[in-house]
Amino acid sequence: MVDLSVNFAGVKFKNPIVTASGTYGFGREYGKFFDLSELGGICVKGLTLSPRLGNKPPRIAETPMGMLNSVGLQNPGVDLFISDELPFLRNFDTVVIANISGNTVEEYAQMAQKLSDANVDMIEVNVSCPNVKAGGMQFGTTTEGVASVTKAVKDRSRVPTMVKLSPNVTDIAEIAKAAEDSGADAISLINTLLAMRIDTKSKKPMLFNNVGGLSGPAIFPVAVRMIWQAASAVSIPVLGMGGVKSGDNAIEMMLAGASLVGVGTVCFDDPFAPISIIKQIGQYMSGNDLNHIDELVGKVVLN
Amino acid sequence: MLSKHYCEVVENIQLSKDIFKVTVVCKSLANDAAPGQFLHIKCGDERLLRRPISICAVVGNAVELVFELKGEGTQWLSKIAPGNKLDILGPLGSGFNIPKGKTIVLGGGIGVPPMLFVAESATSKVTAILGFRSMDRVILKEAFELACAQVYITTDDGSFGIHGSVIKPLLALLETGEYEAVLACGPHVMLTEVARVCKLHAVPLQVSLEERMGCGVGACLVCACATIKDGNPDMSRVCFDGPVFCANDIVW
Ligand SMILES: Cc1cc2nc3c(=O)[nH]c(=O)nc-3n(C[C@H](O)[C@H](O)[C@H](O)COP(=O)(O)OP(=O)(O)OC[C@H]3O[C@@H](n4cnc5c(N)ncnc54)[C@H](O)[C@@H]3O)c2cc1C
Ligand SMILES: Cc1cc2nc3c(=O)[nH]c(=O)nc-3n(C[C@H](O)[C@H](O)[C@H](O)COP(=O)(O)O)c2cc1C
Ligand code: FES
Repeated sequence: MVDLSVNFAGVKFKNPIVTASGTYGFGREYGKFFDLSELGGICVKGLTLSPRLGNKPPRIAETPMGMLNSVGLQNPGVDLFISDELPFLRNFDTVVIANISGNTVEEYAQMAQKLSDANVDMIEVNVSCPNVKAGGMQFGTTTEGVASVTKAVKDRSRVPTMVKLSPNVTDIAEIAKAAEDSGADAISLINTLLAMRIDTKSKKPMLFNNVGGLSGPAIFPVAVRMIWQAASAVSIPVLGMGGVKSGDNAIEMMLAGASLVGVGTVCFDDPFAPISIIKQIGQYMSGNDLNHIDELVGKVVLN
Repeated sequence: MLSKHYCEVVENIQLSKDIFKVTVVCKSLANDAAPGQFLHIKCGDERLLRRPISICAVVGNAVELVFELKGEGTQWLSKIAPGNKLDILGPLGSGFNIPKGKTIVLGGGIGVPPMLFVAESATSKVTAILGFRSMDRVILKEAFELACAQVYITTDDGSFGIHGSVIKPLLALLETGEYEAVLACGPHVMLTEVARVCKLHAVPLQVSLEERMGCGVGACLVCACATIKDGNPDMSRVCFDGPVFCANDIVW
């Protein structure tokens, strides 16, 4: 009997598929396509202490098998999330992960306190948003930045805390280690890659913000490489994401070291992608006489 | 529950140099479609993002889409042969609220097709104003003439109908004081001008807006447009809160 469940930093997921922050809102919209209880977990849109309106449009540009976004953390703020969105998500038998971004270390800490008091299942600390001036990536690209945010959040959070790493760094292993050393219970990666497109007719960037984050199948091989490097450097579990499109992609990320796999951009193409991926993982496992996800995680056979 | 539809293409005809009409058959799409809503269409496996196209008309179980060649996605769509299937999400978005009183429907360029569905759905016949660049770009004239009480056609270069923009006939109609509402779709510059004129005459205006889209269902927030909500600045989702908005709620 194939068991798809995963114990991830003490939190039980019924299967390894989690929807990626910012691609899935607060679940309401995609919840019209299928029962959200079928998902391992839902990572909600990035939250900030106060409401944010985000960047001016255009906020999206298509790229070969990918896209750029520069949403800029539009969200109703952590308090409205807790009062209006969390009760809705609690109707489903799935793990709820709150994704947070701060302008200062203190803002991260305050949000962690509020969300852990509100009993979310996990907190994902976003130190890797390429689309906001303050906060986000500014903390995620140095070991000191990652350490200070991680420590502050761990101090105030009673629920397991995962740090979402930026791919826009030279040495991902060093950053992953800094998160682990500062008390992170898990890490997730990758966030989007800083990128740009220019319209050759108008000579203007396709995004109002000029630059944005690249996601989708185009980034998949970069994600696999970074997950492998980060997972090899730490002993805490890893949530891998970046361009996953199929069950086979998810298995590949697990072999690289991911215990959970995030699915984001491909949902725009196919709202049912997470469900198909869960099914395909089950088929791969029974076809290969595997009983448990652990038998795959980090099992890449290196040359 | 929403689902993906695999709809058979039954017709693909070229209406003008750059404009095509593709008709698909799908009972549930046809049943659920409301004027002003759009479909999010997968245009081949080579492209990650779906393309939003408004519903132009519903005839029985057939749904008609009229679109202009823009880039690779619409090129692909223009080559689809009858018998093939299209992967479609929808109908999506919130459409026009068609009032009971005397109404003007106004379309400019590729904003004309969605207004046909509005005209055909109205309980009492509407007045249409359709703006095109030139005579060779005029589309759907006969269909509008069948559905509407009156049809005014303008061309920028004067090669057909009234010479100039849609604003000229719009002003003339509004000045009669008989019209209770204007519903419009077209280029942003045109809509901005229409909004100014309607405000001047205190006639409520609904507009259908365009923005680049990701999910098309309200989850990703890439399709934002600046709006006013309860007197405060807000960002609304064109795919979900729109594409049709009250002109007064838009930051023009
Ligand atoms: C609600 C809505 C309804 C629409 N209805 C119609 C219609 O009935 N008929 C019609 O001809 N066109 C319509 N459009 C515009 C149509 O979506 C674009 O022309 C089309 O997406 C262009 O795709 P492409 O691959 O040919 O062009 P490309 O320029 O190669 O597209 C690149 C990317 O930009 C996006 N994009 C480019 N132009 C637009 C645009 N004007 N609006 C939104 N996204 C754009 C594409 O979807 C794609 O993601 C509508 C747009 C919206 C938002
Ligand atoms: C439109 C959009 C919005 C996003 N918003 C957030 C966010 O608020 N917080 C965050 O941590 N990551 C955000 N991301 C990054 C995704 O969670 C994910 O890390 C990335 O897109 C790679 O996965 P994918 O290729 O499967 O989408 C966003 C991505 C997209 C496409
Ligand atoms: S396109 Fe995703 S919210 Fe509108």
